[in-house]
Formats: sequence, structure tokens, C-alpha cells
Amino acid sequence: MSDLRYSKDHEYVALDGDVATLGISDFAQSQLGDIVFIELPEVGKQVAKGKEIAVIESVKAASEVYSPVSGEVVEVNPELGETPALVNDDPLGRGWLVKLRVSDPGECASLMDDAAYSSFLKTL
Amino acid sequence: MTQLDVATAAPHALAKLPLDALHRRLGARMASFAGYDMPLQYEAGIVAETLHTRRCASLFDVSHMGQAILAGAGVARALESLAPADLISLPRERTRYTQLLNENGGILDDLLVTRLPGVEERLLLVVNAARKQTDFALIRETLRPFDFNPLDRALLALQGPRAAAVLGALLPGAEDLAFMSWRAFDFGGAPLFVSRSGYTGEDGFELSLRAEHAEDLARLLLSHEDVAPAGLGARDALRLEAGLPLYGHDLDETIDPVEAGLGWSIGKRRRLEGGFPGFERIRLAFEQGPSRMRVGLLPQTKAPLREGAQLYAPDNETVGHVTSGGFSPTLQRPIAMGYVASNHANVGATLSATLRDKPIEVDVAALPFVTHRYFKTPVGKDAR
Repeated sequence: MSDLRYSKDHEYVALDGDVATLGISDFAQSQLGDIVFIELPEVGKQVAKGKEIAVIESVKAASEVYSPVSGEVVEVNPELGETPALVNDDPLGRGWLVKLRVSDPGECASLMDDAAYSSFLKTL
Repeated sequence: MTQLDVATAAPHALAKLPLDALHRRLGARMASFAGYDMPLQYEAGIVAETLHTRRCASLFDVSHMGQAILAGAGVARALESLAPADLISLPRERTRYTQLLNENGGILDDLLVTRLPGVEERLLLVVNAARKQTDFALIRETLRPFDFNPLDRALLALQGPRAAAVLGALLPGAEDLAFMSWRAFDFGGAPLFVSRSGYTGEDGFELSLRAEHAEDLARLLLSHEDVAPAGLGARDALRLEAGLPLYGHDLDETIDPVEAGLGWSIGKRRRLEGGFPGFERIRLAFEQGPSRMRVGLLPQTKAPLREGAQLYAPDNETVGHVTSGGFSPTLQRPIAMGYVASNHANVGATLSATLRDKPIEVDVAALPFVTHRYFKTPVGKDAR
């Protein structure tokens, strides 16, 4: 998972060609606690960097997920409708949220790599 | 993501609970509540802690709540000038639920009142953390001739179907206490107040003792294989499942006890005689029925409907709003409660709400969502 790039808002993207898989970090899922519902965008939706792409409902509260990159939604995780807790159990794997065809792969370069994100977490 | 800052914030002005260090050693995630740094959840998480309470027993630290003793001859009658429960008839070592009311009958706070044993007339009050300064000022001001002493004691709640066996092994006789009754026990030479009460809908106890003894008691209880720690998140989920209102959300100064569904706590004599603030409004509410009612709500969606959501009748008229909403770990579905105009508040009525710009169906449901399992004995006639 060394090719993950993280935002300061605790989203990650993994870029494969021009398709980015987007989810939330392990830190984010642990802070949210038990996730009970996830509202995902429709396939085909255009999302701008920094805009809301999903909403995660934990027992306590609703939290918006912001897309760290711009692009078009090409797939959403079909398992999360029945099993939203996958995001708690495996946030970087089976708990991914959305796949985006990115419009500017360069946007990923401005995000943090594993080491930078780990350092960032220590400052919180 | 948003909201994360709520959980990670570490404000400096927060008061610490006496068991703060224990909570941190147990892996608690802390959050601010009513000016206190409180355990929101432990490592198990809100869902597991809620289910453990329903199946076994959980220990909650509720030391943020206000405890005080109000004493003097005639004090029960005097407190009746602020609260609508029948307090004069409250026997020694029995506990009664009531509310402090403003002059319009609006609820200033809800509280438990226990008549303490002994010749002197003494009442033990337990009030909400966020309201204790206001409550205490009101009581001091209004009931000036009486002795009023806030207590600096920890308060722990042991809740769940295994609570009686666990506590009875430690304090023989505690398991026989009736629901809403109280007794002082000895714990290592220090007085431990035990009340068979709680805020989860399960059988259980609330345990009050001096802060310096609280960690010993908490450790003893937690060392039992049936007992796990539970935080504020589980407490909120449990009380919502049990249909119990939370002050500041489901109760406030604009809401009277009858529309809040708390009319049962106003004794027959009080309904006739009055003598409490807002009697006229409350008498009318009893006589004619309240114009709005606190009801259970079942959103017909997988997404929780949260506090503040407006509720609409089929003709799109706004007929109410949600005051508490979340996800029920026991029922594995969203549940909520709120206030609805009485002509739309019958169980089974179909309302709607808007959730992130989409309409959703919300059905009016009976409270509680999860059946109460309080300890019943032949003398337990105070059962709520």
C-alpha cells in the first residue's frame, strides 16, 4: 500500500493509470467509530477536488468525505450497502468507497505519502 | 472529513472525572460533554458496548452528574413548590423521578429525588451535569431556609441483566433492592449509596461514593468477567432505545411534562392540588390533551435521521421535529424520537422528512423501542 496518497482530511487515493480508488484512512475510521451507513455518489457524477463525495454515518454522527482529487465517478463499492462496517474492518482494502477517473493526475502529487501522513498524524 | 475534529479536540478548560486516569488506561476515547472530559467509548466501540449492556453488564462513569442533599423539616413539601411529583408521600429509602419547572410549566431539568433514612427530613437529589449550576442556584434561592449541600462524590452506573448478581456478590442484599429504592452500604469503611435505577432500560444500579474510593470500586466491578466499561456513546444509544428523554435534546424550558410523556411522574394529589410552577398549563394539558407529544420515530431508510430534522404531514405541513436520532445497535436500524402535533402523533402515522435533499418516510412508533427490563418485586410499585 505504499502508493497510497493521503489528504489532511484523512481521505486516501490509490492511483492506477487514470483511475483513483478513494477511501478513508485507518485513523479516520477509528475516530468515527462504528459505521452504520454510507451514502455514495452516483456513477457518472463529476466531483471537484475538495468537494463532498460521500457521507459516512457512524452511530454518533454524520461525516462528509471530501474528494482529494477531481474526476468522474466510475464505480462505487457495491458491498457497502449491506456491510458499511467494512470501512471499519478494512479501510484500505475491501472498505474502499469510490473509484474516480481523475481529470488531473498531478493533483495526487500534492497529497502526502505514507511517511508524511504518519508524521502528520503525530502532530494532531 | 468533517466531525473528526470533534473527537480529537482536547480543550483545556474541561473538568476531569475522578476516574480519568482509569478511563485512559482502559483505552477510552474522550470527548467533551457538559464541561467534562468524558469517555465517549472504549476499545469495544459503541455498538459492542450497547449490546454488552443488554446481554450482560456495563459500568458507566456518570460522575459529571450533580448530587446534593437538601435537608430540614418540611423539605419535601417545600421542594413540591418547584417539582410536580408527590414528594411528601415518598417513603424513606425510595427514589422518585421528577422535573424542576419554570413558571410556564416548562422543564428546567429532570432529576431523581431520594428520601434518605433517619429522623431528619433529608432528600438526595441527582441532576443533569449541564444544569447543575442553574438547578442549585434555583434551589438555594427558592428554598432558602433549608440546608443545601452539593456532594463531591463519584457516581457509577452498573447496568444490565447481570448487574444484580455482580453487585450482590460484592454487597450482599443489594440484589434484593426494589426498583427505585435506595440503601447505604459499607464499602471498605466508606458509605456507598446504592440506588436501583438507571438510564438504559435494563435492571441496574447507580452507585455514589467519595471520589477517593471510586477507583477501587470500579476496578472490583470491572474485574468481574461479566462487566465491561461503557461510555457516553453507548449510554446515549441505550437511553434512546429505551425511549428515555435526554435534557437539552428531548426536554427543555419550552416543553411541559405532559407533552413530554412524563405525566405519569405527576402524582394524583399534585394533579388536583397543583402548587407547582406552571400548574395551569399542565392542568389543561391533562384535561384536554397536549397539543404536541413526544413520540418514537422509525425512519424507513438505512440512514439515521438526526436531531433537528423537520417532520411533515402528507400535505407537506410541518407537524414536528426530531429531538434525538441515531442508530439502534440492538435493533440494527435507525431510530429517533421527537415532538409531533397530537393530531399526527398516533402510532403508525406516516410522516416524512428530508435527508440530504431526499424525502424519506418516517413512521410514528411506540416508545420504548426496546422493552424495559427493570427489576420487579411486589413492593416495586413505583415502576415507570
